[in-house]
Parts: sequence; structure tokens; C-alpha cells
Amino acid sequence: MRLSDMLDMNYNLVQVISRVGIELKHSGLRVVDACAFAGIDPATFILISNVFSFPGYSPSPSEVASADIRDIIRYLHGSHTYYTGIALKNLESSFDLLVKPCDNNQKKVILKFFEDYKAELEKHFAREEETVFPYVESLLAGNHPEGYSISDFEEHHEDVDQKMEDMRNIVMKYLPDVCDEETKMWVLLSIYRLRDDLRRHTYVEDNILVPAVRNLENDGK
Amino acid sequence: MENKKTVVLITPSAMVSKGLEDILDESGEFKVEECFRDISRPVEARLGTLDPDVVIIDPSVLDFRSRKDGRSRLADICDSIVIALGGPGLTDEVLRQYDGSISIYDSREDIIRKTRSSVEAKQSETSVSDSGELSAREKEILVCVAKGMLNKEIADKLCLSIYTVITHRKNITRKTGIKTVAGLTVYALLNNLIDMSSVQ
Repeated sequence: MRLSDMLDMNYNLVQVISRVGIELKHSGLRVVDACAFAGIDPATFILISNVFSFPGYSPSPSEVASADIRDIIRYLHGSHTYYTGIALKNLESSFDLLVKPCDNNQKKVILKFFEDYKAELEKHFAREEETVFPYVESLLAGNHPEGYSISDFEEHHEDVDQKMEDMRNIVMKYLPDVCDEETKMWVLLSIYRLRDDLRRHTYVEDNILVPAVRNLENDGK
Repeated sequence: MENKKTVVLITPSAMVSKGLEDILDESGEFKVEECFRDISRPVEARLGTLDPDVVIIDPSVLDFRSRKDGRSRLADICDSIVIALGGPGLTDEVLRQYDGSISIYDSREDIIRKTRSSVEAKQSETSVSDSGELSAREKEILVCVAKGMLNKEIADKLCLSIYTVITHRKNITRKTGIKTVAGLTVYALLNNLIDMSSVQ
């Protein structure tokens, strides 16, 4: 199968291929060859693509066991870069546009809510980048740092997800009438897209990375 | 048949359980779905699935220390109307947490009547609130939440039980679709329930 056939089936995978380092110009190649160019394990790429394409897709223990942890991290890191570098920035500009007609107090309130959400999400990513990923790297290198385990990593994704739901509700139902309907729809669509994207991201963390690393920790013992 | 209210009984006494089941089933208004002897984790899970209209519980199945909070523990599991089965050693403070109470010495008619009136009282309360508009009390509580007050502080300020505050908060979230304190604050400000200066 060619990569372009995969993208035809689900164009959202365009985001996945860039996050694992596959370039669009290689989408005419067979999936294995495109993966070889990017230096990513094809099975792991397919696994991530499945999670991304089929809500409720639940990987088997053997799929998790054979996943390449470095490639999983590469994907997660690529997603973080996309969220902080592009998605959140775009959403921020849309919010600025959205609240432009509001009075100053309303503007302040809405933008502060968004900024707090953004800061919380970025803090969450930073923790993974600075603590979790280096920990996994050192495990892969054969060292087991004392006093830390991947279980510490399974934590509150719910809070951030809940805030996003609140943001969606506020934009949908409670903005002042002066806000432009067209902009509102645009922001709402961006929120939905980011929400779904983040949920898949969390799913990869909780259901692939964590169990795969747990296997690694147990092997080392 | 289709209008029968479903009931779940939780009491350690097999005798009381059987008796209540017969009385309620014979009334034609209620249908006892299941009876439990305690409130273990599997029972909690089962309750969530059954989601009965009414739970009749002997508060003695709750650990003595948690007896006071037993009602709110149930509220976390299901939205049922919860009626306490009164026995010796139950204080008014405990009984007040529930949507109603019946005693094991009540007559057949009284048991049916009390159960029915608890159901009706709760129903009229929710049908009014389903319009999506917040009630005056809910707005008052929303303002406190937005100001950063804790449930205990709100309860003390408005002379309510914590349980009532929690119920109001659940209703606020159900009506607005907003759960977090930050989100509720935005809602309160955009609806001019509070002004900027009181949340800084």
C-alpha cells in the first residue's frame, strides 16, 4: 500500500506523518519505504495511525510489546511541538479576533481563561519533555534511575480535558451577542479538532507508551 | 407496569428486606429490582448500572464514621432518590441528609405514602430546574464558587448543609455544561453575576 492511499482513507493522518518525520514528498512511496526514509518502524507507524483513525481502537498486548518506544516518543514529541508551536498559537489568534468586539472586562475574562488553559497544557507537556522522556531514554540506554517509575506518569489528563470542554461550552453558548457568528464557528471547529487530537495523544501515552515502558522496567529487574 | 418506579433496597436484615420488597411490589406503584446486604464496591458498581428511581438504605450499612456522609457518597454513584430506613441510633442530623425516611415500625400504608411523597417532592424540584435557567439560590452559590469559596465555606455562609451545596453545584453544572471553577467564573462574569474586582 502506498502512503498516499492511507492519506486518502483518512486525511487526518497528514498530521501523524509529519509528526514522525515522514515528508509529504514521499507519500507516493509504499508505506514501508516511506517509513524507511524517515527511519521509523513501520509497525509502530501503523499502530499510531490506527489509534488516530479509529476511535476506540485498542491495541493488543503483542502490538504494544513490539512497538518501538523511541518512535512512540518521536511521535509524542512531534505532537507537543505541533500543539505548542502551531495549534495553540492559532487558537490564540482566533480568540483575539473573537473577543475584539467585546468590552474590556469581557475581553479580559475570556482571554484569561484561555491563557490559563494554555499555560496548564504547556506545563503538562514540559513535564513530559523534561522528566518523562529523559527517564525513558535512560531506561532504553540500560540504566534504571532510582526512585522513579512510569506509574508516576499516569496522572491528571482529566483536568485539562475538562477545561477544554468548558471552553467549548462557553464559546458555543455564553459569549456576548456582539461576537461574530462566523468567527465563533471557526473557533469552535478549532477547539473540537484540538480536543480530538489531544485525546488520541493521551490515548497513545496511556495505552501504548506507559505499558511499553512498564514492560521495559520489568525486563530490567 | 411501565410507570412503576424502580427501587433498590440496601439493608443487612433479610427479614426487613423481604418485608419491604413485598409491601412495595404489592402496591403496584413500585418494583423492587434488587436487594443488597451491604454497600461494597461491586454493589456500588451495580447501583450505577441499575440507576434506580429510589434507593432505600439502612444507614447502618455505612461505616459509623462515614454515616454522616453516606448520602453524598450515594449521590456520587447514582441520581436516585435516597430514603433512609430509620432504626435505633439514627440521629436527626443523619436523617436530614436523605430525601425521606421510613421506619421499620411504619404501617404498610405509611411506607407507601412516605415513599411516594419523597418521589413527588424530588420530581417537582427537578422539573422546575430543567428549564436551563439558574434559580436564585443557584446563582447565589455560583457567585460564591466564582469568588473561590470552598463548599464548606459556602454552606456556612448560606446556612446550608454541605450536601445541599453539592447538589446545587451539580445542578449548576448540569444546566450550564460547565464544570471547572475557572469556567464557572467566566460564566458568572459574562452574565454579570459578579464584577471583575471580586474575583481578582
